[in-house]
Amino acid sequence: MSVKQISIFVENKPGTMHDMTQVLADHSIDIRALSLTETEGFGIVRIIVDDVLETTSVLKQEGYVCRLTPVVIAEIPDEPGGLNRVLTIFHDNQINVEYMYATLGGGAKRALMIFRVDDDKRAERELREKHIQLIEQSDIAEL
Amino acid sequence: MERYFQKEIECAPREEIIRIQNEKLVKQVKHVWDDVPYYRRKMEEKGVTPEDIRSIEDLHKLPFLSKADLRESYPYGLLGCPLKECVRIHSTSGTTGRRVVAFYTQKDLDLWTDCTARAIVAAGGTDEDVCQVSYGYGLFTGGAGLDGGSHKVGCLTVPTSSGNTQRQIMFIQDLQTTILCCTPSYAAYLAETMEEMGLAPEDIPLKAGIFGAEAWSEEMRRDIEQKMGIKAYDIYGLTELSGPGVAFECSAQNGMHINEDHFIAEVIDPDTGEPLPDGEQGELVFTSLDKRAFPLLRYRTRDICVLSREKCSCGRTHVKMMKPRGRTDDMLIIRGVNVFPSQIETVLLNHGYPANYQIIVDRVNNSDTLDVHVEMTPEMFTDNIADITKRQKELVDGMKAMLGIKAVVTLVAPKSITRSEGKAVRVIDKRKI
Repeated sequence: MSVKQISIFVENKPGTMHDMTQVLADHSIDIRALSLTETEGFGIVRIIVDDVLETTSVLKQEGYVCRLTPVVIAEIPDEPGGLNRVLTIFHDNQINVEYMYATLGGGAKRALMIFRVDDDKRAERELREKHIQLIEQSDIAEL
Repeated sequence: MERYFQKEIECAPREEIIRIQNEKLVKQVKHVWDDVPYYRRKMEEKGVTPEDIRSIEDLHKLPFLSKADLRESYPYGLLGCPLKECVRIHSTSGTTGRRVVAFYTQKDLDLWTDCTARAIVAAGGTDEDVCQVSYGYGLFTGGAGLDGGSHKVGCLTVPTSSGNTQRQIMFIQDLQTTILCCTPSYAAYLAETMEEMGLAPEDIPLKAGIFGAEAWSEEMRRDIEQKMGIKAYDIYGLTELSGPGVAFECSAQNGMHINEDHFIAEVIDPDTGEPLPDGEQGELVFTSLDKRAFPLLRYRTRDICVLSREKCSCGRTHVKMMKPRGRTDDMLIIRGVNVFPSQIETVLLNHGYPANYQIIVDRVNNSDTLDVHVEMTPEMFTDNIADITKRQKELVDGMKAMLGIKAVVTLVAPKSITRSEGKAVRVIDKRKI
């Protein structure tokens, strides 16, 4: 089961990230991972949270446009070649990575890598087969 | 075979139309002089009396009425008969200021719905048709106008009013609706929804649509026609004059025939007020010849438009008005080009965006800049930057094609466009000229 990432539309101007995180802080929502991609005029903030439903309803209520996107979160041993091992599996199976970002969590000596791929079902199957530890939606609260 | 609701008058020879207009104008001016003190004062100020108006050649001698006059005389100042003769009012949305309330006698309603019946028949309607009226019913003239016309034609009338898209589609399918009447943006939305439901044009029983009450482009027409498998006809009107049906499109789908037996149309220079010859672009002015309860003479619509007297293939002889280009009061001149916010709105609607936008005009290094802010919507937002920028580029290209000048499109946060009294401020002109 993939994890649901929340993608949020923000304008590229001072204060927008502050305002958005303020909304989350006001509702005691813990951000487990975050990435920001920007263009000249706007950006997309991508976050991983524990309670997706509550977070999206809070954001919508505050007037944000957001969308859920399935992502695959894999545990990567924090050692040289760790990430490469996972990417090799994608490469061998012709799975395309659209974007990825990392977050800490899950204890010492490992990182979590968040992947947006063109086929998350297949990606998960292949990773599991190669004994890569995957994070489920239900694991997010524990991170 | 072209069909007509009132063939004799719709295809009357030019001289006959002029004869009717002359006769009715003289009577109408007398009626207004006698019964509408507000307009009588305007005539007196100009030194005109009913005796000066002997034919439509004298029309230019009469003073204009503007939206400001209507507001000033709200609610009863322009009433042309005792209230006991009136049976109905309709009202504008009041989005640009105070509401305008228009009154109708039973005969006014009857003549108005003759006009909408002409439009329905011109779109191919007969008593065999099922006509779904998805314009709003109520104060708005759309619902009542087409409803009345549909009854006159003898269609099975389905008065769904606007909204509740699922129910609209259910009725279209279950009752085999053949004619749809609504605003073009709602038609586009219905077409899109039906497409998403997997309905192919041949699965949709509709054959014609009568769409009006807002600006729409040829691209939008083609798109709706294709998705629904119909012919889409434009209809024009103003609450001040009666409602939809002042003018309507025929099978030629190239301009709308103005019902000249009920209205005289003029095109004037909006700055000088001088009448312009046919074929020249200017502000559209209407004189209503038959309205008793709300008889407006030389009412300035603020719609910028061209009239055409070229012979029409449909056989109708009434003058045609081309689709209004925009409105006099919101025209912008940017880099020497006339730009109407309605054109930008059309591009947005055609690309699936709601009409939530703000136009910011500025002057940088002696050159005008045009920046269009468009609010992001849940429908248009995806997680994919490339998709969003591609759509943004399509908007820029669409505006270039529509306006002839380049615009910058900035996507902004939802509800970030300033609204005053519930309506967005559409244009911010920062130029200091």
